[in-house]
Amino acid sequence: MKIVVCIKQVPDTKGGVKFNPDGTLDRGAMLTIMNPDDKAGLEAALRLKEQYGAEVTVLTMGLPKADEVLREAMAMGADNGILVTDRVLGGADTWATSTTIAGAIRNLEYDLIITGRQAIDGDTAQVGPQISEHLNIPVISYAQDIKIDGDYVVVQRQYEDRYHEVKAKMPCLITALSELNDPRYMTPGGIFDAYDKEVTVWGRPDLKDVDDSDLGLKGSPTKIAKASDKVKKGAGEKVTPDTPEDAVAYIVGKMKEKHII
Amino acid sequence: MKIMGLEAYKGVYVYAQQVDNELSTIAFELLGKAKDLAKDLNTDVTAVLIGSDVKGLADQLAEYGADKVIVVDDPELKEYRTEPYTHALASVINEYKPEIMLVGATAIGRDLGPRVSARVKTGLTADCTVLEIGDFPLNPVPGKEDEQKHNQLLMTRPAFGGNTIATIACPDNRPQMATVRPGVMQKIEPIKGAKANVVEYNPGFTPDDKYVEILNIVKSVKETENIMDAKILVSGGRGVGSAENFQLLKDLAAVLGGTVSCSRAVVENGWLPQDLQVGQTGKTVRPNVYFAIGISGAIQHAAGMEESDVIIAINKDEDAPIFDIADYGVVGDLNKIVPALTAALKAEMAE
Repeated sequence: MKIVVCIKQVPDTKGGVKFNPDGTLDRGAMLTIMNPDDKAGLEAALRLKEQYGAEVTVLTMGLPKADEVLREAMAMGADNGILVTDRVLGGADTWATSTTIAGAIRNLEYDLIITGRQAIDGDTAQVGPQISEHLNIPVISYAQDIKIDGDYVVVQRQYEDRYHEVKAKMPCLITALSELNDPRYMTPGGIFDAYDKEVTVWGRPDLKDVDDSDLGLKGSPTKIAKASDKVKKGAGEKVTPDTPEDAVAYIVGKMKEKHII
Repeated sequence: MKIMGLEAYKGVYVYAQQVDNELSTIAFELLGKAKDLAKDLNTDVTAVLIGSDVKGLADQLAEYGADKVIVVDDPELKEYRTEPYTHALASVINEYKPEIMLVGATAIGRDLGPRVSARVKTGLTADCTVLEIGDFPLNPVPGKEDEQKHNQLLMTRPAFGGNTIATIACPDNRPQMATVRPGVMQKIEPIKGAKANVVEYNPGFTPDDKYVEILNIVKSVKETENIMDAKILVSGGRGVGSAENFQLLKDLAAVLGGTVSCSRAVVENGWLPQDLQVGQTGKTVRPNVYFAIGISGAIQHAAGMEESDVIIAINKDEDAPIFDIADYGVVGDLNKIVPALTAALKAEMAE
């Protein structure tokens, strides 16, 4: 079985967001990580590899620096890494991004493609389903459990108030929820090996069956009219009462003041 | 990527999501917004209803603002599955050519929207919180005034875990598609007895490998009310410590006639079910009062609750980010303060 896992390098919003003095986000000061949902997708692929035997290829699109997340993925146990990077791909929205990634995946043999549900920088959840559409294969989004049954994959697909147990013929694309598992850590040996391995680097000429007019900023149907860092809501009052009774008196007082009670 | 003949696309369309042949709240919210947009564009509102045996729901859509309802009714559409629903909605778009297509940013809409947008080759803006009609670019470029486009859908959405806001347009492709966050748009007061022009349309459904098979449907037991409707939310985080300890919050909520909700950590620990989760990957809430108890207030959580009217935070860590957005912050031990607060409020209420 061949599995392609799509991953993205994202700024780590959990580790604390840094602001410039003017209140805008200081992206340069923020660490980057492998997107959490993608990491869960990778872990799912590695578990399928252990259980059924598989070759796991991780693929990312980004700046040359995104090589780091591929190394991390290989240190966790992925077999191959592919970096899709090219100046003409910059400024892509989800349409252009999914077109690019589909163009890269067309070069590969695959039974399963796993992406994270969404990335923590954009939060769109669109690229996975759009890749599946470009490749004309079934998609199962929001996977909370993945099993293989012969030529089929059986997935628990999460909804707000239920899940569907869904069976699809491979090849198929699955988008993974971070609730799917707890991703493993890199091993020291794995890290050593990961930097010994080659990462394949592809540019525009390596994308298969893709028009230039569908790539990068130019190929993005959505255009940014305005972007601004959100003005943080001003902090209110903060008190440190000596006793729980004082705390209660404070809260009850404020609730009366606001006519809540 | 440009498509010619944009002027052929007319009308504001919403995907009227139904589950188990019951319309989802988001369908009414989208209709409310669509009515505003249609007024600005001097056009009408069409609801697209997809399912099996769903025609009877059309009147309800009319009462909430639909001028026209396009019904795609087929046994293949009994349960939501990506492919037949994509085929249905994409076929409606290709046949009727809407100018704007709104879809709820639900677990269904966030799967259906991207797949449809890729099929009909248009842009899709995710999880929008503000939609309005305006110009693109917002201000004309000097010397290129005639290139500014008017009557465009401007779609505003938070990104970066709620730390940035972007306004996005889709000037050269149609329809302009957006998924819209549940709980943000206002539905109208239903107009009793309103009728819509109901049109039935069936593009034909031919199952292939993309029609996945549903083996089983497991519904989670609903013991909870919808936290998006609650006026008072008593929300707990990792600091609450255990599932058992949530009893303290339940007691407080009971006194206030409120509802218990939680942060993502609580769901990940299995203390409370996911439908009670507030935040970026949970629900967006804006109650009159939001108690944040033992919640550190990571931006992903704040994104789902910072619009609450009054935020009261209790946390033992005085540096917790929740204090940056709380109206009233109390540094202290929730295990002592919460039961004392419950008792005090009980006494207040008795008076």
